[in-house]
Amino acid sequence: MDQSEAVKGAATAGVTTVTVLFFARLREVLGCEHERVSLPPGPQTVAALRDHLRARGGPWEAELGARKAVRVAVNQDMADAGTPLIDGDEVAFFPPVTGG
Amino acid sequence: MSVRVQTQDFDAGAEIAALRRSDPRIGAVASFIGVVRDVNDGDSVREMTLEHYPGMTERALEQIVAEAKSRWDIIDVLVVHRVGRLAPADQIVLVVVTGAHRGEAFAACEFVMDYLKTRAPFWKKEATTEGARWVEARAADDQAAERWEQ
Repeated sequence: MDQSEAVKGAATAGVTTVTVLFFARLREVLGCEHERVSLPPGPQTVAALRDHLRARGGPWEAELGARKAVRVAVNQDMADAGTPLIDGDEVAFFPPVTGG
Repeated sequence: MSVRVQTQDFDAGAEIAALRRSDPRIGAVASFIGVVRDVNDGDSVREMTLEHYPGMTERALEQIVAEAKSRWDIIDVLVVHRVGRLAPADQIVLVVVTGAHRGEAFAACEFVMDYLKTRAPFWKKEATTEGARWVEARAADDQAAERWEQ
């Protein structure tokens, strides 16, 4: 299946809606702990979700910019920009970790 | 293997005794305890709050322990990490590794801590005399974790 067919397939299956979580400094600055977000048409990836959130402007633009050190987990496993998303996924954005 | 995330304090002696109990194969026990310092980056720390990602935290710690067990010939690993509000001198984290010999136990204990510092989703917020601030990740911690890749 090539990419255009993949996109068409996703479109016929309905909109991809994911649960997005924010932790630590990101949670505070964005004023958001969790929310449901539907991805726009196009590639259904972590990068697309991050761009979509960044387009809200203000702190979203500033905190989720390409040069910001933001870590991402999908369904509680570390992920990266290219990780694909499907309906119902749990996506978390957070700063580099500082435990221990 | 055991991994716990909890608000309450832990008794390292009791935890080690429980891990060693009735396993005569154990010839070495290596352990590490992380403690809240009263000074960080030059400011006095009055209190610290540890936030985590419930579910992913346990999963990440279990993956780190599984990785340690695949790399070294060790018998068991215990990780206890506290969350919530902590004061200077409070215990934060306990790692215990048991094995037949000390070399493997020492190395695995250090590895678990290095990976925990860079891969387990915990975040510290300090209340200092200069105000509250989120602790920034340190390059030295990344370097400590990276040396296990070589």
